[in-house]
Amino acid sequence: MSKILKFNLNGNPTEVKSGDADTLLEALRDGLGLTSPKCGCNRGDCGSCTVILNGDAVKSCTVLALTIEGKSVWTVDGLIDGDKLHPIQKAFHEYGAPQCGYCTPGMVNAAVAFVNHNPSPTEEEVKDALSGNLCRCGGYKKYVEAVMAAVKGEFGPLPKGCDK
Amino acid sequence: MNSVGKRIPRYDGIGHVTGRTQYVSDVAMPDMLTCKTLRCPYHKARIKSIDTAEAKKAPGVYALITKDDVPHNLFAMVPDHHVLAEEITRYKGQNIAAVAAITKEAALDALAKIKIEYEELTPIIDPEEAIKDGAPQVRPEGNNHMFDGSSVIRKIRRGNVEEGFKEADFIIEGRYSTPSQEHAPLETCCSVAYVDASGKLVIHSKAQGLYFAQGDLANVFKLPLNKLKFVGGTIGGGFGGMNSIHTDHIAGLLALKTGKPVRFHLTREEEMLYSTIRTPWVFKFKDGIRKDGVITARRVEVLHDCGSYTELGLYAVEKNANMIAGANLIKNLAVDSRMVYTNKMPSGSMRGFGVNVGQYAEQVQLDRLARAVGISPIEIRFINAFHTGDPNHTGNPIAAASTIETLQGVAAMSGQQLSDKYLAMSSEK
Repeated sequence: MSKILKFNLNGNPTEVKSGDADTLLEALRDGLGLTSPKCGCNRGDCGSCTVILNGDAVKSCTVLALTIEGKSVWTVDGLIDGDKLHPIQKAFHEYGAPQCGYCTPGMVNAAVAFVNHNPSPTEEEVKDALSGNLCRCGGYKKYVEAVMAAVKGEFGPLPKGCDK
Repeated sequence: MNSVGKRIPRYDGIGHVTGRTQYVSDVAMPDMLTCKTLRCPYHKARIKSIDTAEAKKAPGVYALITKDDVPHNLFAMVPDHHVLAEEITRYKGQNIAAVAAITKEAALDALAKIKIEYEELTPIIDPEEAIKDGAPQVRPEGNNHMFDGSSVIRKIRRGNVEEGFKEADFIIEGRYSTPSQEHAPLETCCSVAYVDASGKLVIHSKAQGLYFAQGDLANVFKLPLNKLKFVGGTIGGGFGGMNSIHTDHIAGLLALKTGKPVRFHLTREEEMLYSTIRTPWVFKFKDGIRKDGVITARRVEVLHDCGSYTELGLYAVEKNANMIAGANLIKNLAVDSRMVYTNKMPSGSMRGFGVNVGQYAEQVQLDRLARAVGISPIEIRFINAFHTGDPNHTGNPIAAASTIETLQGVAAMSGQQLSDKYLAMSSEK
């Protein structure tokens, strides 16, 4: 059985056809052709599929697509305004945090959802917030440094929430 | 000198932080089929019979292939590995059959309809057991075979180790071993293959060596090189694991068979359990050392667990043999480096493969020598260090030695006090 789901994606009303067993990750990647959420493990371990669901970072491979009806989903694609990067994106780029980059969209989403809740965190809190996102290239240090720089305003004021 | 010493943004960094970078597993094409493979559930088995008739008729199936559908069923750096298993399977997870279907579910349903009868055979897993006489044979050529055909051991002989041991005040023996290691790139291996309008087979590949893969698979497909195009691109990590072919061959065969685009994307479980790895090594050292810290003789026996097919194992053994004795001038040296087949996934390349595993062993052994003599670990490295112009272990003169300067740098960075004698040392004699 498949169903048409209505939800809000990056601020836009969106419809996607979804099967009963499809995950949110499959709905985004296969249903909508949105490739920024990556599939690293498909079992909630690696965090490369992280998106922002109703304001919280979730691993989209562990969310049943049918449960997102009427909800709000943000991906890294929606955080950029024209060519203006979100301060977290800018920080990751300027600090050279991505190496192969496969974990980066998930890292951005995890970091943005976190700073939306906690705009002045400690370094320990940032490490904790990113602890569900694996980077096999080993670039954790720069991701943490970049988030700390962003919350200190090095790349402009942080927007309130995901809305541009 | 516009960039040296300056912080410059990566040319592809914006794509990464905006999610716009397209990786191989992001490549999608209209009408694309999904590939899944039937993998052997045993470490070693004989395939007594295989019946794919019902599976081929399953809904949504466009093609199902076994060994008989492969034009030339051997591939890899040393082409001794079967694309799809012949009668004997040699490691758990070896590909036996592959299906291309409209969805992942249809592909898996079809695989479940293959009727296959196995005879489970006795595997050999432990490399030290596998080299013994009478051990179960992994391959008909024998467990210690090397496919270049010249010798089953890579040897280095310098001076006379027995004489060297006589000069020593202490004899120190050590056995060291390293385990398996999986590369675990975040993007698992993936290929998207299709036949383009000119009849050329195109493969979007995660291969780290596109021309290696192209040459290798031109044989498998029996295609001229101008009919086989590899498309590389940004990949979500490789770390050496993508020097070996895991999906390109099967995706390509199914694209040729169906005329449609085919994606073969490994699951995390497949990547972890069945792709090439850094395989285990065992190192046995016997060293003679004088009270003044000079190593008088060294004998090293190396055993590389190559898994069931050669892949890069032979190359790793040769690299290892050259490096295993370390950055030390040793006048009496005997190295025997060899590999052995076991019923495991093949040995691939991984970050300094063959070298850093040996250096782990060699460095721990050096510390033990230092303790036996009663000098500090850094002193023993200065005392035995290569100088510029010294012959390396295979006799070639070293053009620019840097061991001494590296040790001085390490001491400075770690806050270790060095005596004037060592501070004044230089690689230039």
